Amino acid sequence: MTLATGKVGIICCSGEDLPEGTISRVATRLVLEKLRPDQTVTLCLPLFLAGGEDERAFARVFPTISVDGCSKKCAEAATEKFSGKPVATILVSEVMKKYPHLKAKSRERLKPQEMKLATKVAEEIAKKVDEILCKTPKK
Amino acid sequence: MENHKIVVVPCSGIGKSLGTVGRVATYKVIERMKPKKTRTVCLALLTMGDDDALKLVRENPCIAVDGCPAQCSKKNIEASMGKLVHSIIVTEVLRKNRSLKPEGVIELNDQGDKLAEIIAKDLSKKADEILHKEK
Repeated sequence: MTLATGKVGIICCSGEDLPEGTISRVATRLVLEKLRPDQTVTLCLPLFLAGGEDERAFARVFPTISVDGCSKKCAEAATEKFSGKPVATILVSEVMKKYPHLKAKSRERLKPQEMKLATKVAEEIAKKVDEILCKTPKK
Repeated sequence: MENHKIVVVPCSGIGKSLGTVGRVATYKVIERMKPKKTRTVCLALLTMGDDDALKLVRENPCIAVDGCPAQCSKKNIEASMGKLVHSIIVTEVLRKNRSLKPEGVIELNDQGDKLAEIIAKDLSKKADEILHKEK
């Protein structure tokens, strides 16, 4: 892991058992690859447990946003437990309430409607990234 | 073992396409090849010590599917005192299939999907062996 400042770390739950976990994962990658590629980094969540000090230092080095699929909020809880409290949190199931016409059913490959939902979540993450970077003094 | 299912646990790897290969291979098995004999669990939930997730991996045979040699899935199943019976690392399967160049995390390219299919077939075969042994 490369340590750097001026970036926001995004930790998503990637929940394998639920479609919302796939939405959290795809939304995170959309932010990293398309919406805010120069301002964001990520880390595999289970690395907090399996990894070493570099991984554990992640949230001490970067302000973080947790992105969770469901109310169990594993990404938020794990980030706080193993590294540091996230500066902002996103819950996919909450975002979905704003778009009742967009349903999440697939775990493997997102269909166009689900990709729209992932994009909506990604836009909310990007907004939080902007808010955080505006508040964070440049080093 | 009649009511037991094999729990296939991919690693959640999000940094590289090989994490997605493991994830897609898992879904091929649990949703299409062996839906009645296999299932998955959120690795993060297991990592956080959720009671239901812990019970599931302790009472059922588990297969770890890891994207890279960090083996987060295997290590987390072991740390949870889960019944780990088999593990695979996508990088090792890729080494045997060097012509394939998997790319993409949001969506795998065709070669990534082919690699996932190879892994899924292997997982499916392994699932049959495990269930046969435990009968």
